[in-house]
Amino acid sequence: MTLIDQFRIWLSGLVPEWAAYVIAGVAGIVAILAFVLSVVIVFIWYERRLLGRFQIRLGPNRLGPEGIFQPIATAVKILLKEDIIPERADKIVHWLAPIVVFTPVLMVFAVIPLSRGAILADLNVGVLYLVAVGSVSAVGIYMAGWGSHNKYALIAAMRTVAQIVSYELPLVLSLLGVVLMVGSLSMIKIVDAQTVPFIIVQPLGFLIFFLGALAEMNRCPFDLLEADSEIVAGYHTEYSGMKFAMFYLGEYGHALAYACIITTLFLGGWRGPILPPFLWVLIKVVAVFSLIVWLRATLPRLRVDQLMAFAWRGLFPMAIINIVVVAMEVLWLVDMSKWLVVAINAVLAGGLILAWSRLFVLGRGRVEV
Amino acid sequence: MALKTEPFILNVGPQHPSTHGVFRMRVTLDGEVVVDVEPVIGYLHRGIEKLAESRTYTQIIPLTDRLDYLASMTNNFGYVLAVEKLAGIKAPERAEYLRIIMAELMRISSHLMAVGFFLNDLGAMMTPVLYMWREREKIMDLFEMVCGQRLTYNYMRIGGVSHDIPEEFLPALKRFIAEMPKFIDEYEQLLSENEILLARTKGVGVLPREMAINIGASGPVLRASGVKWDIRKADPYSIYDRFDFEVPVGTIGDCYDRYWVRIQEMRQSVRIVEQAIKQLPRGEICARVAQPLRLPAGEVYGHIEAPKGELGFYLVSDNSIAPYRFHVRPPTLINLTALKDMVVGWKIADLIVIFGSIDVCLGEIDR
Repeated sequence: MTLIDQFRIWLSGLVPEWAAYVIAGVAGIVAILAFVLSVVIVFIWYERRLLGRFQIRLGPNRLGPEGIFQPIATAVKILLKEDIIPERADKIVHWLAPIVVFTPVLMVFAVIPLSRGAILADLNVGVLYLVAVGSVSAVGIYMAGWGSHNKYALIAAMRTVAQIVSYELPLVLSLLGVVLMVGSLSMIKIVDAQTVPFIIVQPLGFLIFFLGALAEMNRCPFDLLEADSEIVAGYHTEYSGMKFAMFYLGEYGHALAYACIITTLFLGGWRGPILPPFLWVLIKVVAVFSLIVWLRATLPRLRVDQLMAFAWRGLFPMAIINIVVVAMEVLWLVDMSKWLVVAINAVLAGGLILAWSRLFVLGRGRVEV
Repeated sequence: MALKTEPFILNVGPQHPSTHGVFRMRVTLDGEVVVDVEPVIGYLHRGIEKLAESRTYTQIIPLTDRLDYLASMTNNFGYVLAVEKLAGIKAPERAEYLRIIMAELMRISSHLMAVGFFLNDLGAMMTPVLYMWREREKIMDLFEMVCGQRLTYNYMRIGGVSHDIPEEFLPALKRFIAEMPKFIDEYEQLLSENEILLARTKGVGVLPREMAINIGASGPVLRASGVKWDIRKADPYSIYDRFDFEVPVGTIGDCYDRYWVRIQEMRQSVRIVEQAIKQLPRGEICARVAQPLRLPAGEVYGHIEAPKGELGFYLVSDNSIAPYRFHVRPPTLINLTALKDMVVGWKIADLIVIFGSIDVCLGEIDR
């Protein structure tokens, strides 16, 4: 029984049944929006400060204590900017693209549990929903690149299709390992099953998922879509004002969404001692996000062909092997000992990564894929 | 089914995040692959060579600051050496040592910028740049101590230097020189073995040895291709023959070699400064020179090893107070001529990286 359901049942005593549904639904949506937007704003500040620390500078620290109001000033600045549409742009597509990018990001949060009851919809196909909705953003990015009538944006759009489609596969395959072990697609059940977090049970699955997620949310070292040193700003070169803000929010929303998903699927969700469950989710989400920022501060960017090679020759076969091994474990070993499975998977992860780093050297020089 | 495709033209620059100024490339692309590159230069043309013809020889020194504005000291150095060569002026010992110290510090500073922004072109979002700026900042502080300027120093004079070093300079310099090797180790730890850096730069943008010689490349670009040519060794000017240092050379001339050569040159520059501090004599800092200076009629070509390559100054004098003709041989303009040969067939991401590895400065290309 989720909180929303309880609220609806309580309401139905006061108002007609249909009105209770509508009110509860709207309340849930508003709650999610408020949560996502406020956390995203804090994340923007947090990333800028943390990046500053990594780069031996301070980061924004003028507005409010420790510069916490900087994102608000940035938001006001962006909102006041003129909304420029290139004359020869495809107006409808150009207008629609930010919405198509941002909406799926919000939709993902419907199935993210913040504690046992705090979930908008405990779908029995939660993971499937996640994967399906999560990849819609790619369409929006492609639309932005195509509709802008700008060559830089167009190059970014081409890269989007290649990158997001290739990384979707290892991402989903690594998820399947978790689903196989739990035997359910429901997010609540997945968290319930993690007496031992899945990051320990399936380290390889976690790594593949994490890398795939980095590529899906266009984060370094896979940030080819907006590679600022090559193609200026990529797909949002021709966007300004509120539409640009939508992309910006979408990007951070995406990062937040994937941090939440990783927390739920691999880090045990709200489970944890002493502290309240909601806090545990936040701590884990911030930890994952910090890891993403750390990578962004450290690594250079891959080239587009190396990116594809990494997905198809590196992550994809590993994900397949992972899934086969997990399936066999579920079939034969799961009743015996959880720790035996942990040991096998740890050896598998170590062995595979070692083997791949020997056999599969990232194509140096010119590579045809 | 064969799709109908056609190449398209992309304007990279003059306003682009990684053209290091106002360089412009008309790039013909086939998908992501570069088919043709046409460099367009001249957006920063200020007519420095023509301006120089109406100025006295001392007044030209600040003009040379504005050539390669990331290495103003070496520009000063090259120019005053050329003038002294024609006039037959000998700078005092102390001035020679001060010049060497400044020139080598400038080399470190320039290479720090080059390597940092090269990594930025690779997509390492500002972190290497900011780490290297930390040390560049200390060099700027040192320069500020001696001449009050942080970018365009106008420090060297015909026959010497403008100011003697203040007393706080040497302790600060010694501290900097003592800790610099550790910082270079730190950069190498972060970068040199990085798998993505290796994948992006090894074998990318190879400039073969013969081609490097044929186009007249110089500096780190030439040495990365395996040619051991450093004017400090090949045609020792000033007092470079008194110092013990090595000339690092690359093997195949790819982007990684160019990166590596710059890192190693910083280590060698530290060595030279170390020795120069030990040998630094007391005494005059500037020879007596007539003002305004009239050079004997004739012509002269003076060249030095600037951080980016062979920086040459060609002067023609008609025994007046201003040069009849003043010409600069900017190293990066010559190095840049290899760009098309290096990038054709590579992807657009490589185009940016290869261009960054040449380490250009538009101030001296356009002049």
